[in-house]
Amino acid sequence: MVKPTRVTNSVRGLRFRADEMTQAELADRIGVTRQTVIAIEQGRYSPSLEMAFRIAHVFGVGLDDVFQYTPDQEPQEQP
Amino acid sequence: MPIAQKRAWVMMIASALAYLVYVVLVATNLSDPMADTPYVAPLLWTVGGSVAATVVAEIVIASTSGRQGRAATRTDERDREIDRFGDHVGQAFIIIGALAALVMVMLEWPYFWIANVIYLAFVLSAVLGSAARLAAYRQNFQPW
Repeated sequence: MVKPTRVTNSVRGLRFRADEMTQAELADRIGVTRQTVIAIEQGRYSPSLEMAFRIAHVFGVGLDDVFQYTPDQEPQEQP
Repeated sequence: MPIAQKRAWVMMIASALAYLVYVVLVATNLSDPMADTPYVAPLLWTVGGSVAATVVAEIVIASTSGRQGRAATRTDERDREIDRFGDHVGQAFIIIGALAALVMVMLEWPYFWIANVIYLAFVLSAVLGSAARLAAYRQNFQPW
């Protein structure tokens, strides 16, 4: 069983803010299938770094505005 | 559905159906002892039929997808990663089948059993490799 990724993304929100861009349109602009865009939005697939940059470039934002990473909870330091 | 996913369906169904037909043909002509059962013609015909059906289905898929525009025939890095994953799963069964056949040859088993083990390994490789691809398309797939 594949563990779910800790990488989350704001692709869906960014699409709506970009004149309600469709998944098919975004897929065409980054050169992937619409199913790959759906899988990314649902967190079922983490794209390569290059694809991540292409997505950020389409929306004209930084990588951090598209993808976020929630690290493991680290053990608290003892005083 | 991406074109690569359609291809995985075709491979899985064609291989499974061909093997099912083969098993029925062999099982209805069983000899005594079983190793004397004629298997060469059913094996060659079902493998040939499976290859021909796959080629025809691929041509139909390519032509129908081609009419829907470039996006319908596009494959991307996710398709390629899923394809590699399916190959990886399928290869395991080829190796198991080859090792089993090697041991059977050393033990001088009848050709009937050796050929059947090899054919079964090829079928399992195609069917389970395709099933792994289809599962990867439907579920969470992280290539790293």
